[in-house]
Amino acid sequence: MEAKRINPNIDRSEKVITIRGLKKAFDDFEVLRGVDLDLYKGENLVVLGRSGTGKSVLIKIISGLLQADEGTVNVLGKEVSGLKPREMDALRLKIGFSFQNSALYDSMTVRENLEFPLERHAKHMTVAEREDTIQYVLEAVGLLQAINQMPSELSGGQRKRIGIARTLILKPDIMLYDEPTAGLDPITCIEINSLINEVQEKFNTSSIIITHDLTCARAVGDRIVMLLDGQFQREGTFDEVFESNDERVQSFYNYNFID
Amino acid sequence: MDLNKNKPEAAPARRRYVTTRRLDRIFVELAKVYRFNARFFKEVWFPPYEFREIIKQCYEIGVRSLPLISLTGFIIGIVFTNQSRPSLADFGATSLLPALISVAIIRAIGPLVTALIAAGRVGSAIGAELGSMRVTEQIDAMEVSATNPFKFLVVTRVLASTLMIPALTMFTTLVSLLGGYLNVHQNELTSLSVFFYQVFDAITFLDIIASSVKSVIFGFTIGMVGCYKGYNSSKGTEGVGKAANSSVVTAMFLIFIEELLIMQVINTIRAF
Repeated sequence: MEAKRINPNIDRSEKVITIRGLKKAFDDFEVLRGVDLDLYKGENLVVLGRSGTGKSVLIKIISGLLQADEGTVNVLGKEVSGLKPREMDALRLKIGFSFQNSALYDSMTVRENLEFPLERHAKHMTVAEREDTIQYVLEAVGLLQAINQMPSELSGGQRKRIGIARTLILKPDIMLYDEPTAGLDPITCIEINSLINEVQEKFNTSSIIITHDLTCARAVGDRIVMLLDGQFQREGTFDEVFESNDERVQSFYNYNFID
Repeated sequence: MDLNKNKPEAAPARRRYVTTRRLDRIFVELAKVYRFNARFFKEVWFPPYEFREIIKQCYEIGVRSLPLISLTGFIIGIVFTNQSRPSLADFGATSLLPALISVAIIRAIGPLVTALIAAGRVGSAIGAELGSMRVTEQIDAMEVSATNPFKFLVVTRVLASTLMIPALTMFTTLVSLLGGYLNVHQNELTSLSVFFYQVFDAITFLDIIASSVKSVIFGFTIGMVGCYKGYNSSKGTEGVGKAANSSVVTAMFLIFIEELLIMQVINTIRAF
């Protein structure tokens, strides 16, 4: 198992995301039942939970892809539900969203995927500056050689890395990772975990990592919250979260670690 | 457990419930279509205009459709002329073939055939492309990177389709007329200049305007239906297939309805 890192960059005096009483239901199924959450500057927060418990819904509400039914979501001092489309776009430039299946634009090369946000939101950049930025983020994720490849030519791990590079290109303050290690082999999972930590250190981002992979949670999480029955039932470091007699928590642990 | 389920009086109530649910769904769908169209007309006027994507889509829809459209148009011109000849020959009126071909192809066959082929080729491609972008979260990825996916994906494709289908219709009409000419020339030894003199003599300015307006409407319909079905697709890969399929079926159905309505309007205008 990967060793737990110690993150010196957390600033507990500054909250970048504050969520209070968040509720969300789909038809009659209530996914989130009053969620409270704080994310501090420079922190890697892992949200653990079984599939279908609303983990992804949570970060989709934070990024404005879904609307909350009740509650408040404050991101970088702005109340998400009250924002006009233009204000929402301005806020989204400060949020990077890494999708579960990478969501690379498959009709574009890696270079075009990275150029796409720059062309729209960094119009002041010269062609040379754009090229430098693209090369910089590709180097940061260790895939400079893939610059002219199509997404279909990349492996799952490489696609994840390019997806992260695309979100980093606009230098976001907050990173939201949706199942970053899902569907990857153990070695690639370790590489992605290291990349998440490197991104935090190099770009000084605050991150929410959605996962059900405990190896990932242990390797990248400064703090871990566990979503059970639509609410955060456990919170703390990895060891604190799993020091519990709750059968649901223990079964989750045992299922992940046979050792 | 519903104890009334098996009672005879429960059956009409259940039928009423099912009918109401179906009607609900139809009205909800109509409202969604209205909102989708309204959003297009709202967003088309404001920047960013995404010219590069519009040109790319014009190429995809227009230039890439040329070989199929040309071949089909040419064959239709020949077949239509060949099939029309015996009827005119019965009255000794084969000299009217160019006029007949002209009226049929320019007024109806040209725009209709082009639209139906484009609905199959372009409509399904747009539906499948946007559908797969929806289910693989590429549309969400655009949205979270503060890019308006509706403007980049829908507005560009609908505009390109609305611009390119009239151009393709003109081309198909010309190629069909050439096919017709070859057949007439082979059988009646009519020269090219005489053929086209008769072709243009038989039609009016209203025919050309009506044909152009019709093809613009067909183009808009094909683009809009493909985008609507693809943009709102769901349920994974199955949804992509359904989006592509229903793009074609719905567009073709609407094209026939529009053809019927436009024909009535043009005939009314012609009567004045």
